[in-house]
Amino acid sequence: MAKLLPEHPAWLWRDPEPKASYDAIVVGGGGHGLATAYYLAKNHGMTNIAVLEKGWLAGGNMARNTTIIRSNYLWDESAAIYEFSLKQWEQLPAELDYDFLFSQRGVLNLAHTLQDVREATRRINANRLNRVDAEWLEPDEVAKVCPIVNVSQDVRYPVLGATFQPRAGIAKHDHVAWAFARACDAMGVDIIQNCEVTGFLKDGDRVVGVETTRGRINAGAVGLVAAGHSTVLAEKAGFRLPVQSHPLQALVSELYEPVHPTVVMSNHVHVYVSQAHKGELVMGAGVDAYNGYGQRGSFHVIEHQMAAALELFPIFGRARLLRTWGGIVDVSPDASPVIGPTPLENLYINCGWGTGGFKATPGAGWAMAHTMATGEPHDLNRAFGLERFVSGALIDEHGAAAVAH
Amino acid sequence: MMLLTCPWCGPRDETEYHYGGQAHVAYPENPSDLSDEEWAEYLFFRDNPKGPFAERWSHSAGCRRWFNVVRDTATYEVLEVYTNADPRPVVGSPAGGSR
Ligand SMILES: Cc1cc2nc3c(=O)[nH]c(=O)nc-3n(C[C@H](O)[C@H](O)[C@H](O)COP(=O)(O)OP(=O)(O)OC[C@H]3O[C@@H](n4cnc5c(N)ncnc54)[C@H](O)[C@@H]3O)c2cc1C
Ligand SMILES: [Zn+2]
Repeated sequence: MAKLLPEHPAWLWRDPEPKASYDAIVVGGGGHGLATAYYLAKNHGMTNIAVLEKGWLAGGNMARNTTIIRSNYLWDESAAIYEFSLKQWEQLPAELDYDFLFSQRGVLNLAHTLQDVREATRRINANRLNRVDAEWLEPDEVAKVCPIVNVSQDVRYPVLGATFQPRAGIAKHDHVAWAFARACDAMGVDIIQNCEVTGFLKDGDRVVGVETTRGRINAGAVGLVAAGHSTVLAEKAGFRLPVQSHPLQALVSELYEPVHPTVVMSNHVHVYVSQAHKGELVMGAGVDAYNGYGQRGSFHVIEHQMAAALELFPIFGRARLLRTWGGIVDVSPDASPVIGPTPLENLYINCGWGTGGFKATPGAGWAMAHTMATGEPHDLNRAFGLERFVSGALIDEHGAAAVAH
Repeated sequence: MMLLTCPWCGPRDETEYHYGGQAHVAYPENPSDLSDEEWAEYLFFRDNPKGPFAERWSHSAGCRRWFNVVRDTATYEVLEVYTNADPRPVVGSPAGGSR
């Protein structure tokens, strides 16, 4: 018998009027904003707090992403926060008492060139040193994990092997948001939708509150968690961020019988594919090259990723495209996030997750909450501050991290 | 797909072009005098407005020349196209205002 669907989201949290003042305000009601509020309340006992969202909860990238969760990043700092997040994912359904369909079906990162093979091998070794599960699979082993991948050697970019992280997987993104929102609400956090932050109240270089479309709200600490709109807010506050906003598109096919048991990513032919629980094939690739806030990109980008998908999965030849969409991703120079203090006192930032922040939702929220509550970065985000762009201590995950989702 | 007008070749599909990011970012005149903060600004920090943005495009599958475009990053409407020899239009003016 089919399992009952979770309750309708409208009943999962209150719809309060904003108060005149909060101990902390989180700007942005996506996954990271909700997780930040959740850990502010749960880990730091701060419950007189609010999440301000200009649209509706999780209407940004949170419910537009392709939900790939993995922790097989190259550098120690990245492995630490992504693996911390993965460990949280493993127990969050129980902690939040919400089955958001976290499915650890593994991820294959395909190698198509000798250079890919070398980088993959290096990454596996780095992962193992960080206690992240990672193994190398030869083409015939790839076919065992995912029988529909074309591993024949007579194609333009033959599969030479793949890294495999068995603990990786997917989850249902909107349910994750609702799970966090319900838990926040239960602890007394005000989740305020249709409330756009339009400016900052300052006392010298100290932020003391925000201007919103629903009035002024005072705050002890303010955290910007606005993904693609981070620089728009930073500009209003009076500082710059090393982040550019790009459209990132994804697409789904019509619903099919289960044919795809894992997650497959290919950096080289550039596509990644999983099959959602309902049966859609979910695919995505890289950003549109230009800066954009349109939540839409160009069709040739979709065409390109479909071509790549067909090369890898000939069986998709007769699948039909159902829907494409786009989000606005905040891309940083080293493909790593920025989490930490800003040049303004009491103002904190979490941004720069670009194309790959869904998987880090718990870790990002944990680290951001710690930073806002104590004024100091957590070990998880110490290396991810803005100062790395001055010191040069970048955490360069371009390419290093297989593919950036 | 956007339609961009190369100043030399005329209107062509976006796929013929290569994006170059923010326009008018000059190489520092005295690089050795720059502080670490100034280098960071030059290397890593670019404007990212929601609205009119002066940006560089190269007609890489055509004449291979670089030129500048003012494009609205929210609507993707192209507001101005100009070469390096042309005077810089006033960025941020409402659509049509500075044509
Ligand atoms: C197509 C696509 C595919 C992706 N695939 C993956 C993937 O497979 N795996 C992965 O790990 N990551 C993926 N990502 C990236 C991931 O979605 C993001 O990194 C992550 O969701 C960002 O954090 P968030 O959820 O808080 O962002 P968002 O949900 O975008 O939240 C930001 C919120 O801030 C709000 N906001 C903005 N300005 C204001 C304001 N002035 N006042 C109030 N609120 C404001 C917005 O409305 C928005 O709701 C993908 C992204 C896209 C677009
Ligand atoms: Zn030309």
